[in-house]
Amino acid sequence: MTATTPFRIVVVGHVDHGKSTLVGRILSETGALPEGKVEALKEVCARRGMPFEWAFVMDALQAERDQGITIDTAQIRFRTEARPYVIIDAPGHKEFLKNMITGAASAEAAVLVIDADEGVQEQSRRHGYLLHLLGLRQIAVAVNKMDLVGWDEARFRAVEAEIRAYLAGIGVQPTHVVPVSARGGDNVAAASALSPWYAGPTVLGALDGFAAAAQPVELALRLPVQDVYKFDHRRIVAGRIESGRLKVGDRLVFAPSGKAARVATIEGWAGTDITQLAAQAGQSVGFTLDDQIFVERGEVAHLAEAAPIISHEVRARVFWLGREPLAVGGRLKLKLATAEHQVTVAAIERIIDVTDLAHHSGGTVGKNAVAEVVLRSRSPIAYDAFSVNPRLGRFVLVENYDIVGGGVIAEAGGAQHQVKSGNITAVDHKVTPTARAAANGHEGGVLWLTGLSGSGKSTVAMELERRLFLKGWQAIVLDGDNVRYGLCSDLGFSPEDRAENIRRVGEVAHLFAQAGMLVITAFISPYRADRDRVRAIGPEAFHEVYVATAIEECERRDPKGLYRKARAGQIPEFTGISAPYEPPAVPELVLDTAGRSLDDSVGELLAYVERVFGSAWHNVAGYGI
Amino acid sequence: MNDLDVLESQSIHIFREAFNRLDKIAMLWSIGKDSNVMLWLARKAFFGHVPFPVIHVDTTYKIPEMIAFRDRVAAEWKLPLIIGSNREALAGGMGPDQGRVNCCSALKTDGLKQVLREHGFTGVIAGIRRDEEGTRAKERVFSPRNEQAEWDVRDQPPEFWDQFKTDFAPGTSLRIHPLLAWTELDVWRYIRREGIPVVELYFAKGGRRYRSLGCAPCTGTVASTAATVDEIIAELETTRIAERSGRAQDQESEDAFERLRAGGYM
Repeated sequence: MTATTPFRIVVVGHVDHGKSTLVGRILSETGALPEGKVEALKEVCARRGMPFEWAFVMDALQAERDQGITIDTAQIRFRTEARPYVIIDAPGHKEFLKNMITGAASAEAAVLVIDADEGVQEQSRRHGYLLHLLGLRQIAVAVNKMDLVGWDEARFRAVEAEIRAYLAGIGVQPTHVVPVSARGGDNVAAASALSPWYAGPTVLGALDGFAAAAQPVELALRLPVQDVYKFDHRRIVAGRIESGRLKVGDRLVFAPSGKAARVATIEGWAGTDITQLAAQAGQSVGFTLDDQIFVERGEVAHLAEAAPIISHEVRARVFWLGREPLAVGGRLKLKLATAEHQVTVAAIERIIDVTDLAHHSGGTVGKNAVAEVVLRSRSPIAYDAFSVNPRLGRFVLVENYDIVGGGVIAEAGGAQHQVKSGNITAVDHKVTPTARAAANGHEGGVLWLTGLSGSGKSTVAMELERRLFLKGWQAIVLDGDNVRYGLCSDLGFSPEDRAENIRRVGEVAHLFAQAGMLVITAFISPYRADRDRVRAIGPEAFHEVYVATAIEECERRDPKGLYRKARAGQIPEFTGISAPYEPPAVPELVLDTAGRSLDDSVGELLAYVERVFGSAWHNVAGYGI
Repeated sequence: MNDLDVLESQSIHIFREAFNRLDKIAMLWSIGKDSNVMLWLARKAFFGHVPFPVIHVDTTYKIPEMIAFRDRVAAEWKLPLIIGSNREALAGGMGPDQGRVNCCSALKTDGLKQVLREHGFTGVIAGIRRDEEGTRAKERVFSPRNEQAEWDVRDQPPEFWDQFKTDFAPGTSLRIHPLLAWTELDVWRYIRREGIPVVELYFAKGGRRYRSLGCAPCTGTVASTAATVDEIIAELETTRIAERSGRAQDQESEDAFERLRAGGYM
């Protein structure tokens, strides 16, 4: 008896191309079925008056037998002379893609089944693409149902050429393309006399030719903290070593916090407590530290000389399984190793049509589609590019309790920081504006809209707030009417009261800005001196926008009926009628809303905001976290 | 790492995920070999401790040796044991003579649901394996149940890259299956390697032994001369007889076991 972990394979392909039949046949040929299983199923079929199908061996469920399609991943074992296998039967029906991914993601190699008669179909391509995306690099192709095309070599060569061309487009070279009749058992375990023109291996031969995947011991140490236990006097940090090696005495740095300590002991239990000196990738371990630093679930222990990337932004190729499409501004939970982060979809850069590998830009990502996206997180994420270390380069997305997608992280994202250990521990005590900006994806600031009543300030402000929110911004409107219900409810409209009103709003706006938010204010604020005082509180954060809609247009709109009342003498000291308005001398932006749609006006303002407050942090070097 | 090391490490990872991510969990202990291995793995995962209750659903029809074993091991390992029974159904005369599937549903499935409800557990760890039966092969490691503890095999969550479903709506609960990837042979090889105690009923006496343990009226023996763990391992390496072939409730109809599981049976 060997003590080898079974080699995990997945069988994929278009619906009805014969995946389950092939699997059933493999099990039968390798003597893997329990005694009487085939006989029992034949009896069931006879009772139902239907011909026996090899697929029934896998489709053990009542519902499946009724529907005739596999609905979930089943795992069944067999062995060849070379080694044991676990076979994961992935279904080909379109709506069950999530199950296929569940199966395929844990496989070391795949068999792609294609019907010789129907040739390469949509699901053949989609499955091939997803296998590649999931990180599978070993794929063998079985061209099945060769009996239906009379074992015609020309037909086989045509299907072979078609699938090789597609796979080459995604950088995959199949290990073998085998002509097969699963039903007849040809070229499954034994070479068939019906294909004298084929000199390659049988399906089982192709399987035995796959290389076994090794634990990533040689990669840099990555040990995501799963939990911290204090069952007794020991404080044990627990987790699985995803890659590399761990030794007693190693100085571990925890990302993203940057805290560091040495491994004091590697703890264990095997009937009684034991300690070890070293452990490696694949092992679930527990260890104690020589220094009582506070570390928690989600942090990734690594060695100082080989740190992961730490960034608020992740650029990834995502496959989407959600019922609702993925859209810019969407908020999701990202789970990477043991960490969880709240993320916003900052951009959908490309949508990939897996059937012809064409790229489309923009729009939303529908169910079962693949796209390249940028995700922005409130908290710093520790990760590696998938190509560098798959274990730390992949994640799942959660929405409303459900896993709705998965992603693999591309090479360098837009804003990343290779944090050097040492200058990082200060973060606990100090959150800098740059750190806030990095977390939010934008800087804090005050966008001060000034203009006549009816010029469109509030309407524009509210729409801008909404659109920024959808983009994941921390934005809030302070509106003239609204503050007078609370903060300034004791004030009237005399010049003194107006000045105090603006002073209070200015102070509050700057506090919000310091907290990292983008504050949009909508106040007439008619006096230049009042506005200048607000600017003086924090000149760098203050951006004055003159909403310069002419008084004739404002009076024509008169949304609150105030101009009418003022003209009738019912409102004393009404700006523009009976009180002055002093336009800004040098505003940062002038916005005239006359004759323009709201969308157009807000669009102009949004572009300004994104330019000024949005991308600044991309250029920040070493932002102190 | 050999294959048992890989399985052990994976199971420990699952135990730790369940303990960290779920509010209130418990582990089922059927007294069978698999749940003894689970107890052992839990103690490995938590460094000698079992930090959650261990539930035994007692149908009162269990083979007496099982109960004796349970009480001995629970005392020795200082297990936080909860014993649950569907007293109402038992008082109403429920037994295998009322139909085996009915009996299993009432005494095991409903008995379990009652304990879970009574204590407010949101997650329960169970020792099922994929290789036991075709229905169990379809399971997830973290498998959600609705408010009635029912399993929807047709709409299961995706589960990949060891990212389990750990978020769920109020009212739903999870079954967690740390042994899903193990085989019967793995379990016995691990029992041998680690020296894990099992009920004597597994070892052959007079040419027969129990291969799977359940209630006395519905659990039969198989012909075997395997009287030690080594001999059981040798036997399993060559047998082609299904593990649950001695369990009468599975054979009642073509889809008996599937219906039991959809209703919440382990």
